[in-house]
Amino acid sequence: MNELEHPTGDPYGAKDGKDLVSGISVFPMEPHVPRKADIDPKAARRAERQVATMFGLSSLLIIAFVVAFVKIPNTTLITIPIIGVVNANHVAIGFTFGLSILLIGIGAIHWAKKLMPDEEVVQARHALTSPDEERKEVESSFKRGAAESGFKERKIIRRSLLGALALFPVPLVVLLRDLGPLPGTRLRETIWEEGIHLVTDATYRKIKASDIPLGGLINAVPENLLEIEHEEENLNQRGKASIIVVRMDPADIVSQQGQDWDYQGVLAFSKICTHLGCPTSLYQQRTHHLLCPCHQSTFDLSDSGYVVFGPAARRMPQLAITVDAEGYLVAQSGFNQPVGPSFWERG
Amino acid sequence: MSTTEESIQAPAQATPVTKGGAVAAYIDDRLASASFTKRLLDKVFPDHWSFMLGEIALYSFIILLLSGTYLTLWFNPSMTEIIYNGSYVPLKGVKMSEAYSSTLAISFDVRGGLLMRQIHHWAALFFVAAVSVHLLRVFFTGAFRKPREINWVIGTLLLVLALLEGFAGYSLPDDLLSGTGLRIAEGIIQAIPLVGTYVAMFLFGGEFPGTDFMPRLYSIHILLIPGILLGLITVHLIMVFYQKHTQFPGPGRTESNVVGFRLFPIYMAKAGGFFFVVFGITVLIAALVTINPVWMYGPYTPSQVTAGSQPDWYIGWLDGAVRLTPNWETNILGHTLSWNILIPALIVPGIMFTALGLYPWIEAWATGDKREHHLLDRPRNAPTRTALGVMSLVFYMILVISGGNDIIAVAFNLSINQITWGFRFLLFVAPPLAFVVTKRICLGLQRSDNNKLLHGYETGRILRLPSGEFLEIHEPIGEAERAKLLAKADVIPLELPSAVDGNGVRNPKAAKSIARAKLSQWFYSDVIPTPTDEELREAAHHAEHELHQAQSHLKEIESH
Repeated sequence: MNELEHPTGDPYGAKDGKDLVSGISVFPMEPHVPRKADIDPKAARRAERQVATMFGLSSLLIIAFVVAFVKIPNTTLITIPIIGVVNANHVAIGFTFGLSILLIGIGAIHWAKKLMPDEEVVQARHALTSPDEERKEVESSFKRGAAESGFKERKIIRRSLLGALALFPVPLVVLLRDLGPLPGTRLRETIWEEGIHLVTDATYRKIKASDIPLGGLINAVPENLLEIEHEEENLNQRGKASIIVVRMDPADIVSQQGQDWDYQGVLAFSKICTHLGCPTSLYQQRTHHLLCPCHQSTFDLSDSGYVVFGPAARRMPQLAITVDAEGYLVAQSGFNQPVGPSFWERG
Repeated sequence: MSTTEESIQAPAQATPVTKGGAVAAYIDDRLASASFTKRLLDKVFPDHWSFMLGEIALYSFIILLLSGTYLTLWFNPSMTEIIYNGSYVPLKGVKMSEAYSSTLAISFDVRGGLLMRQIHHWAALFFVAAVSVHLLRVFFTGAFRKPREINWVIGTLLLVLALLEGFAGYSLPDDLLSGTGLRIAEGIIQAIPLVGTYVAMFLFGGEFPGTDFMPRLYSIHILLIPGILLGLITVHLIMVFYQKHTQFPGPGRTESNVVGFRLFPIYMAKAGGFFFVVFGITVLIAALVTINPVWMYGPYTPSQVTAGSQPDWYIGWLDGAVRLTPNWETNILGHTLSWNILIPALIVPGIMFTALGLYPWIEAWATGDKREHHLLDRPRNAPTRTALGVMSLVFYMILVISGGNDIIAVAFNLSINQITWGFRFLLFVAPPLAFVVTKRICLGLQRSDNNKLLHGYETGRILRLPSGEFLEIHEPIGEAERAKLLAKADVIPLELPSAVDGNGVRNPKAAKSIARAKLSQWFYSDVIPTPTDEELREAAHHAEHELHQAQSHLKEIESH
């Protein structure tokens, strides 16, 4: 059967003006209206010239692209209005390349729209359901195959095969074992210990209480982070051990996580958000609020680091500090709880 | 049929005249491809602007494969730390990973490298956008209905994979922004009950960030996910091809035909040309508009972050959900359940994507509609579905906007706490409201369609009669418009079964079918029937009469 033919003989697959399937009214196609280029040879030639011009320009732009790529140094900066200062090579090759492809596209579409036939064609849909007898044939083929295999009768083969197949993925999973270590106590530990100096984040300088102005904040890390500076693990430890050190009027301190964990109004808290682990960074000295820029959890550092707003569920862990003989800030001990986001075993 | 048989008996009989014919004969001698090729060349596709949305997605994917291949030639996913010594002066002497420094090298030292990076990033944004809008088109026109449900599920999988692929891609440069995104992803994984910490340790090869993850993510990004995407896209297209494209109602369009243009030459030129248009526009934007300037963010370190961190737009809804959820956490027998993370990052997205994938079956079950549909619905003609769609879209949009609550707070100088509470409230109030409003608008549009069918369209010409009466002249609508408006099959809600059978015995299975019938009646409630043939005839007669009257009035006025 020709695909353009309908069983009912009606070109639309309809009967008595109604769609066979849905029953909605069927209207005949609208008569085709010829375009200018269909009847006027001049218009057709004009369209032809337009298309050819676009394709021709496209070729020229490719040549311009190669010239720009070779001739314009990659370091030349130019200023383009609105866009600002840009790399001249980048803009020149991008512009020529992009425009040249765009012209191929517009040319081809213009060609199709102006010069190729625009009369709509009707094609019949084929059934997406197989005839009943074919379905039956499939069923009997399957049944024959199943019977010949004896899958159903030979219970012992079937069961042992299913067992073997069930175990077959085990090696595939076990082989993944060495992807990483077991969690162990890793998430509970940081490299903070008793007597470790607090040092500035970037420059590893020891900090005296007097270095921090009232209301000020310093990003700090444990001094022993420097020892693993060049080891692979250093970012892992930095991600847990980073702290912020703030100084406030001791009278402003409402509560702390432990008695005398501050040193004359200098308090140290973990910098890692207890929500999803972003480093908290925005500190408002008037309210003593610390805000995480990722999801806006807000902690009150003057009140044990409790959450005052946002999705974080737990207060910011505080690090107990004091000073050594020379007056440099040191940790009284490590953190007494895991820092960073929650996890199932955290408790 | 007979021609095929002949060709099997005598395969090398025809003597091709042209070179192309010779090539075709060579291939056909080996594959018997003639009949397939003929059907391919003659295949008819319907034409509509909205059918190009899927094309944009496909072409963006091809652009991604091409530009991505270029990037692999220079990108190095290693986390080995080095001191940067490239040509970008502000970062000279800074410690960073090779992943980041090779991204800088692509941006500053490789000629055309920045262009390729920006083409890749823009194409990724367009890809997800095109997939999303294409999904909306398919949803609102009912194109997912039988027999296309399987392709809808493949489409849903493609969307999920596109989101994952995009996230993996922008995490690779190891800049400060992408590292922050990965840190959040790792935090979400850790929150999974029972296995979370194990999964996180195995994925990252230990603690975050470690050195193993980036090369692993790279394999996932350039091999695993694109491979699955490519396979699924191929199946998606073959199914569109085999089942034939749906079409909008109009003159000559029925459920059993397809009206449009042939693949060769019209779509070869139009769709082929459109690929170049999409590619060209992407390249031009990449040349002129900077995207993801990683050199400005600096290398990743877990102790730093930039304020106002924003993910790419398509992850925004997830970020918004995480921001809106209150700080709920439960402790059970020494174990932590972080509802503040599980609900927005796993439970809600899980429900959203499951509902999305199953929607064709949910609707078919609710309506009891088992027919095939090749004619698309105009969204107004399926008011409940359209309203459900808009409702979900509003829910999604509120999450997206919430993802920028800090930006809004800064831009409008508002309190972030109040904004967050406002969005929490809106998330539950706005979607139902959107449902009601959308449904009313759809029904109003249906009534207006019926008016057009019965009384014609308003010409805007107003007559004032000698009696002082005003009269607007209506004229009948054209045939094409009529065909479009009348192509609305009447719906039949499921009938409510009785809870007891003929003998007065309670039917234990009745509850389920009653619920289903009620759902069906709700789905089709307030339905506005299309005018019957009789009503149309009568209205046409009436309209003619009115037009005559108006014309005689006009004459009267002119003669005065």
